[in-house]
Amino acid sequence: MPLLECRGLTRSFGGLVAVDNVNMAIEAGEIRAVIGPNGAGKSTLFNIITGVLPVSDGQTVFAGEMITGLPVYRVVQKGIARTFQLTHLFPDLTAHENVRIAAQAQHADRWRPLAGGHVLAASRKVADEALEQMRLSRFSGVKAGMLSHGDQRLLEIGMAIAQKPRLLMLDEPTQGLSIEETDRAVQILRDMLAKGDLTVILVEHDMEVVFKLADKITVLHRGRVIADGLPDEVKANDEVQSAYLGGLE
Amino acid sequence: MNFAGFIVAQTLNAFSQAAILFFIACGLTLIFGIMRIINFAHGGLFMVGAYVGYSTVAYTGSFWLSLLIAPITVAAIGGIFEKVFLSKLYVRQDAGAYLMLTFGLAIILAQAVHLIWGPQPRSVAIPDLLRGVVVILNQPFPIYRLFLIAIGAAAAIALWQFLERTRAGLLIRAVSQNAEMVHALGTDVALVRTGIFMLGCAIAALGGVLSAPLVTAFLGMGSTVIIDAFVIVIIGGMGSFLGSIVGSLLVAFVQVFGAYYFQDMALAIIYLLMLLVLIVRPGGLLGKEQ
Repeated sequence: MPLLECRGLTRSFGGLVAVDNVNMAIEAGEIRAVIGPNGAGKSTLFNIITGVLPVSDGQTVFAGEMITGLPVYRVVQKGIARTFQLTHLFPDLTAHENVRIAAQAQHADRWRPLAGGHVLAASRKVADEALEQMRLSRFSGVKAGMLSHGDQRLLEIGMAIAQKPRLLMLDEPTQGLSIEETDRAVQILRDMLAKGDLTVILVEHDMEVVFKLADKITVLHRGRVIADGLPDEVKANDEVQSAYLGGLE
Repeated sequence: MNFAGFIVAQTLNAFSQAAILFFIACGLTLIFGIMRIINFAHGGLFMVGAYVGYSTVAYTGSFWLSLLIAPITVAAIGGIFEKVFLSKLYVRQDAGAYLMLTFGLAIILAQAVHLIWGPQPRSVAIPDLLRGVVVILNQPFPIYRLFLIAIGAAAAIALWQFLERTRAGLLIRAVSQNAEMVHALGTDVALVRTGIFMLGCAIAALGGVLSAPLVTAFLGMGSTVIIDAFVIVIIGGMGSFLGSIVGSLLVAFVQVFGAYYFQDMALAIIYLLMLLVLIVRPGGLLGKEQ
């Protein structure tokens, strides 16, 4: 059984069908990239999977359970964490506090106000680990708003992994980064994914990043899936070439 | 007259006044920080706290019990109001609508108090333990006011530590910066909002109970104190917790010393202070410019 299954997901805005009958199955442990030209519907697909936008039609099944129509925070509690295309942080909280709030929101005893220090201690530990993984430990006490753009993007990924998600959804993690920052981010992501315990959906513009990270690629064009498969198969696909990759190399 | 004694007594007076003001201003600023709502009913909730406190003392004879019952009762009223009425307006993001609704609650609370307790002021006796005076530098000073200073300081420190150190405190600070993101991280923000509204109401009620032995519980007490509280929140910075402490102290000192030295201008003087702060720092002393 796939971890995430999209069955005929459709979303229209007035006359425009942004996501058109998308079927996609993602196995546990898989790193799936979703690519496509601007306006292909990648972000809309992300937003309907995570409950930010309602669907017009179709279903999302996560770990055998229907999650279509659940509010965002419930979807997150099921174990789907995401990052955003534009950086979403708490600028006046420290880097550590940013990650800690993500960690504590997932703790099983979070609604026990008198759970003693153990939830706090556990959340702190998870936050330390997430910062370590993102190589941000030295900025632990720095306010998030003071970090460089590249470090803010990494912090955001740290917040997502601190939720210990079963499915991690990364929305253009290298958006707006310099070449050096992108290389560093890719290296950190590769190390993180090398452990093999995460399932990831990655939306990304940068083809180099996609081919370095993804196991499988789904290509969207005008809201529809036009190709689906291993990176080499997708590269060789004629329709993909003309729709998207044609302009590159 | 003994000048040093006079200064010390007036200073202590100002601190005790600041304690009462803090109880109402900090709830106002917390609610604004989290919900962007200017709660016009906050004075009314303070007043209901004082009356519930009066009744608790009248029925049970225990002032200490009233410090528990009044905040719980008022928090419940606030929680129901937030859940049933206020939460319906969040999608509209319309500050005017919040103002109308909370103003409506203020009127309803005033009428309800009038119906239940009648128009005459209700006095609450100072508990035996805190009755009497101590002599400080040859000046008699009421023990109850010293108690107010202690409980005000304790509450300020406790709330500050709560916000800085606990999980809920972090959640509250996070919601005030980016509520949508907290939601996206898997927390039901609606619960945080209800919680903070109830907390603000409970603290205001505590202030009401504590002020009743000084000024009695009376119908206009809410509208008197809410104006001071607004001035404090503007001086300290909308949404800033530390600002509400600093603002309460400043306003109390200006009120106490101003009333003595410039009797004719006693009322105007806190507005002059507010004007000065707004000219120098439009966002308030510890606030951010919006």
